[in-house]
Amino acid sequence: MAVKTGSVERLVGSYHAWASNGASRAPAWLTELRAGGIARFGDLGFPNMKQEAWRFTSVAPIAEGTFALAKAPTRVPTLDDIRPFLLLEAGPRLVFVDGFFQRSLSTPFLDDVQSLAHVVTHRQDLVRQHLGQYVATQDRPFAALNTAFVSDGAFVHVPAKATIAEPIQLLFLATGNQVVTHPRNLIVIEREARAAIVETYASLAQDVYWTNAVTEISAGDGARVDFHRVQRESSRAYHVAATQTHQGRDSTVNFHAVAFGGALARHDIGAVMAGPGGRLILNGLYLLDGAQHADHHTTIDHAADHCDSHEYFNGVLDGRSRGVFTGRIIVRPGAQKTDSKQTNNNLLLSGEAHADSQPQLEIYADDVKCTHGSTVGPLDPRALFYLCSRGVGEDDARRLLTYGFAAEILGRMEVAPLRAQLDAIVRGRLAQP
Amino acid sequence: MKKGNVLLAVKGLRVAVAGNEILKGVDVTIRDGEVHAIMGPNGSGKSTLAQVLAGHPAYTVLAGTVTYQGKNVLDMKPEERARAGVFLAFQYPVEIRGITNSYFLRSALNALRRERGEAELDPIDFLQFLEQKLKAIGLDDSMMNRPVNEGFSGGEKKRNEILQLAVLEPRLAILDETDSGLDIDALKTVAQAVNQLRNPERAFLIVTHYQRLLNYITPDVVHVLADGRIVKSGGPELAQELEARGYDWLRDGVMVS
Ligand SMILES: Nc1ncnc2c1ncn2[C@@H]1O[C@H](COP(=O)(O)OP(=O)(O)OP(=O)(O)O)[C@@H](O)[C@H]1O
Ligand SMILES: [Mg+2]
Repeated sequence: MAVKTGSVERLVGSYHAWASNGASRAPAWLTELRAGGIARFGDLGFPNMKQEAWRFTSVAPIAEGTFALAKAPTRVPTLDDIRPFLLLEAGPRLVFVDGFFQRSLSTPFLDDVQSLAHVVTHRQDLVRQHLGQYVATQDRPFAALNTAFVSDGAFVHVPAKATIAEPIQLLFLATGNQVVTHPRNLIVIEREARAAIVETYASLAQDVYWTNAVTEISAGDGARVDFHRVQRESSRAYHVAATQTHQGRDSTVNFHAVAFGGALARHDIGAVMAGPGGRLILNGLYLLDGAQHADHHTTIDHAADHCDSHEYFNGVLDGRSRGVFTGRIIVRPGAQKTDSKQTNNNLLLSGEAHADSQPQLEIYADDVKCTHGSTVGPLDPRALFYLCSRGVGEDDARRLLTYGFAAEILGRMEVAPLRAQLDAIVRGRLAQP
Repeated sequence: MKKGNVLLAVKGLRVAVAGNEILKGVDVTIRDGEVHAIMGPNGSGKSTLAQVLAGHPAYTVLAGTVTYQGKNVLDMKPEERARAGVFLAFQYPVEIRGITNSYFLRSALNALRRERGEAELDPIDFLQFLEQKLKAIGLDDSMMNRPVNEGFSGGEKKRNEILQLAVLEPRLAILDETDSGLDIDALKTVAQAVNQLRNPERAFLIVTHYQRLLNYITPDVVHVLADGRIVKSGGPELAQELEARGYDWLRDGVMVS
């Protein structure tokens, strides 16, 4: 793949224009963070398929496309417009349109569920302490580029021992064509605090645009986070994202990622288990059709002892779609009694669909339990016959088994109303009554 | 005792799988209300017969006929056979990821009810119906919200087959080694369930290796299948003889009927 350096220069140029204009009132530390991001991106350029982490995914359509930095929407959608994308009726909610926070559509909660732009000035010390501390930009051009353009996104903070009872909704809606947004989200769940969050990316029209998102999540000692990520971009959109979690001692992160949309989607999920006794569930589903391409690149870093990580990713691939899964597990020296389990199952519904699955285990401790397994193939003919032998027609049996593949992932979600909403979306996609 | 109508008639059935002839001419006639047992050495073709009756696509019928309720079953798809009342309890029940047992059972029952022109059961009605069945066969409902057969023990899988039998209420129930791998209590539970379901309208074809099960379920006829043929048929006492003497005495060209 030949990457035109022209597009890198154009992006760097648009950064300088932006930085000297609207973004110039930022505090010095933020300006510095951004400058570091653009310098890094300039050095790295777009990734190419010769790089191990990008073996199966070409970003040529992004690198060769022309995407203007999104402007504030001229016509703000109404609540009715966005309702189809709300997975919960009530509770704290932050809505962004083309990357811009929409106060009129949102229900912030104190200074704890707020737009990042707001808290950058109001809670500068807290933001500064966490922003950019978790996601690595060293070898990640897209995360570096996002950092260069940090301006707004969601901010969630739950103070020590507090619980935000209702799940928090973060909705990122695209309305523009040929534009790029760089949503930047920061979620800080302090010691022994709890929260459930759903982060959704969607679009009002079947436009071509590029979302380049980064979300950082810090779970303090004994904290628990149920994080749900729903990617329902336009089927012509490009979606690149990095989500990075960082867990303290005895914390629990239940991370659910569901991807339905995008022509090309790449999601890097990183998890660092920094304190002993942490528990992580990384539970993902990708449902692809047509010419969609989705690449999930996951890295679980067991940096401390006595941590459990259970990773489950299922892909349902129809049409000419392609699913890529990489499951990297690092067990650092001293991370004894690590219990790590990884499975990636891919269901191919058509002869032209394709899946690549690659586990990457790097184990530097001896007293650990690490298992992994992956499958790629059509529906199990034994299961199909079993269902038919009970009177279920063949088409119904196929749909039921396909649905089961997805339902297995949804079944691990503990926030019932969210699970039910996602179940309805999945049934709709798979024509399962 | 008055003999019932012929429910199933297998005549001269020859079946191949993966190019090998496994069944080499099988004849069995089962009447309404009868219980037939099929015994025989490993690999003799018992499961092949069971799977062919249920319509497994991997098996090729080379010759012979299978008539069920007067209809040529070999022309029917597996789901059509099931809807007509044929049920197979699998020797190796299959796991179905992501689909709970109760959802699966309801889908299957509703497929049969649609066929019979009956209203489908919604989840709440079905749950009530299921509770009765569970109680009747002495199972608790802890397995109902788990994916079908996933992580079930061998015995749980077999009992789950019997639950399906009780829910779907077939005319012809084929049990392929449902007793294998069961502990004594589970064996009794399964036998009791079968005995409860026994009625003049329902026939059973029970594949088993052990006379033990037949102590609880008294068969009308016992067949011995060896090397793809029924080499002997008799009453319940045949099972006892087999238990004592094994199969070798039947193999050396002894064809008794
Ligand atoms: N799908 C298949 N492909 C290849 N060979 C098969 C297949 N199914 C059955 N066979 C072969 O057919 C023969 C009969 O198998 P079958 O399962 O019917 O025996 P069985 O009498 O049920 O044995 P058991 O008592 O061990 O259950 C065996 O040799 C078996 O290997
Ligand atoms: Mg068998």
